[in-house]
Amino acid sequence: MKLVLLWTDVLVWSLVIVLLLWSWVISRSPQIKQLWRTIFKSSVAMASSVVLLFYLFFTLLDSIHLRLALPHEAQQSQSVAYEVEMVSLLDLIFAHNIQHTERTYSAPFATVEYTSSIMVNKEGKTVQVNLPLKYVSSNDDFMDKSLVALIMGILLSSLLILLHIWWREKRRFTSACKEIWQGKSMLPWRTAYVTFMLLVITFTWLYILSYSYHVLGTDKVGGDVLYQSFKSIRTGVLIGILTTLIMLPVAIILGVSAGLFGGWIDDVIQYLYTTLSSIPGVLLIAAGVLSMQVMMDNHPTWFETTLERSDLRLLFLIIILGITSWTGLCRLLRAETLKISQMDFVTAAKAFGVSKLTIIRRHIVPNLMHIILISVVLDFSGLVLAEAVLSYVGVGVDPTMHSWGNMINQARLEMAREPMVWWSLFSAFVFMFILVLAANLFSDRIQKVLDPRNNT
Amino acid sequence: MLAYVIKRILYAIPILIGVNLITFMLFFMVNSPDDMARAQLGAKQVTPALIESWKEERGYDKPLFINTKEEGLSKVTDTLFVQESLKLFSFDFGFSDSNRDIGADIKVRMIPSLSIALPTFIIALITNISLALLLVLFRGSLLDTSMMIVAVIIMSISGLFYIIAGQVLFSKMWHWVPISGYESGWDGMKFIVLPVFIGVFAGIGSGVRWYRSIFLEQINQDYVRTARAKGLSELKVLFGHVLRNGMLPILTGVVVIIPSLFMGSLIMESFFGIPGLGSYTIDAINSQDFAIVKAMVFLGSVLYIVGLILTDISYTLFDPRVKL
Repeated sequence: MKLVLLWTDVLVWSLVIVLLLWSWVISRSPQIKQLWRTIFKSSVAMASSVVLLFYLFFTLLDSIHLRLALPHEAQQSQSVAYEVEMVSLLDLIFAHNIQHTERTYSAPFATVEYTSSIMVNKEGKTVQVNLPLKYVSSNDDFMDKSLVALIMGILLSSLLILLHIWWREKRRFTSACKEIWQGKSMLPWRTAYVTFMLLVITFTWLYILSYSYHVLGTDKVGGDVLYQSFKSIRTGVLIGILTTLIMLPVAIILGVSAGLFGGWIDDVIQYLYTTLSSIPGVLLIAAGVLSMQVMMDNHPTWFETTLERSDLRLLFLIIILGITSWTGLCRLLRAETLKISQMDFVTAAKAFGVSKLTIIRRHIVPNLMHIILISVVLDFSGLVLAEAVLSYVGVGVDPTMHSWGNMINQARLEMAREPMVWWSLFSAFVFMFILVLAANLFSDRIQKVLDPRNNT
Repeated sequence: MLAYVIKRILYAIPILIGVNLITFMLFFMVNSPDDMARAQLGAKQVTPALIESWKEERGYDKPLFINTKEEGLSKVTDTLFVQESLKLFSFDFGFSDSNRDIGADIKVRMIPSLSIALPTFIIALITNISLALLLVLFRGSLLDTSMMIVAVIIMSISGLFYIIAGQVLFSKMWHWVPISGYESGWDGMKFIVLPVFIGVFAGIGSGVRWYRSIFLEQINQDYVRTARAKGLSELKVLFGHVLRNGMLPILTGVVVIIPSLFMGSLIMESFFGIPGLGSYTIDAINSQDFAIVKAMVFLGSVLYIVGLILTDISYTLFDPRVKL
């Protein structure tokens, strides 16, 4: 096995490291720690962050790419040869689904194909039959398997939950368990654990049944929809978080310097963001993506495999989205910086001869944190939804890449069929809805706690 | 007043030049005229002479920013960038790749776009504000909390879902309205109803939440307390004071998008087969027609800037405290 790093993988993992560092830094400040406790005191916030972490987990699982070693017989020399295709850890988990590719559409849990084909039967007559699916056996073990999945899910989630409690409260393990059971713990851990358990049970149920059925059906070329939906998680989450990662430094640096330095710097930065924001968003993105496509067609040497190509395209899309979306935050930060820089403590710091850089670092940026955080979580859900729309317009991620937008886009063409092919659409919308709903609920809570206007 | 408007219009010029520069860079620096010529002329045997003649035909043979062959001022003016920008500023959008007059196309397609966008905008505004007022009237009650949950759910569902679900329910299963198409005049009503309804419904979640927060901010103000202390009924407080004072922040958000209604909605129009500017843009994007996309970018920015100016003017009309 050989580890391969795609560009977006690098960004995702560096983001994780930055987040861990950041949480370590803030865990040293008692005020900020208190603030986060207030945020998580709401059980809605707790439940939605568990859901968000669940999605993040699959993103990270799908962000470790490997090239498997070829089997030994195929090798002549001593050195190990690797397969050309890259697979992620998620692909390995769903390997059976990738192999079990059917011929065409089939409904969820179906045992026969969706479309009927013309066959010649034993008596020599031509009949229309729905051919049985290749990888679904029609034995009735649905209930048994569901029961097994339920028990496995409960066992697995309970084990993980107990481990987590033990890790948090090593000394007073039993009393902590009791507190959480009765819902008396300081943070609503009970809600979090129930959400977690539900998610794990749902996942094990889907996963175990995916060995004997196509749980969410198959698409036009027989690909498993469940696998596609899980693969799409990475695309959606990546667009949501990496875009903000790219736009944040630009917005912060430009916003703070416009507000603090004033004069011609302010004029230039204001001109810059008014110009950018006056171009309709979708059109600017479309123009950017079109130019990017032409550029990539002119430089075929930049990527070796189709996976690398679609990854590069995703990266460009994220950068373009970042360029088009920093203006709003920048405007907010400029106004807030203007306000803060007039305040007494900044004047006092200036009088003491504190350097401008230190003033920015110690006095201004910490006071902007709430605006930054609110806009990051608010943008996230918007970007996840935007991905679907952009794919529809034709300026989204690469058509070969798994994404909810592409799933919707392909399934949309089949709307005229009778009865409808609804499962691809349904799965994409449900997976997207859960993620966006969780993000929206979480951002509501953050806004409620952090926005000073709400403290009345 | 007039002086202010003129000043604002003058201020818009450098912004539009900036917009032009951005689109120009996107289209001509990444994708040079040579590339465009090759793409247009197709896979035929492309000779350098053929490319040159194609470029000359379209006026693409000039240098991008600085023409070293010329003297004096025309060193800058006789370039591709200045020529292209001047054409756009006089609203001469030129011809698309399929040799159609873009300006004429835009004029024709504006009406269908407006016939969807304008009713959606007005109905959405009225519904959202009335719903928000209702929630503010019953703030803190079960109705308020449950409606807020519904609002979060509505805004968490992808807009594409509403369109697809609406088409399947109302057109495919119940046959109330045709699934897509467009006709001018009153006969076209049946085509307009569904997109307008879906547009209004999809926006209800975020709209109601936004207006509700505006009204709630007003309701904690001193003048509201005074009004109540005077003995005004809650309804009179709401309509006479909260709504009127809430109109100001609503104006900022609303007036700026009115001119952009001309651009239509990309998604709606292409799903419902409406021959407006939105579907025009999508078709251009799909066929990689740079000339049309460029024209639409410019038009969109102009309309947005017009919206900004209108916002300022409407402020002076509605808020006596603001003087220009």
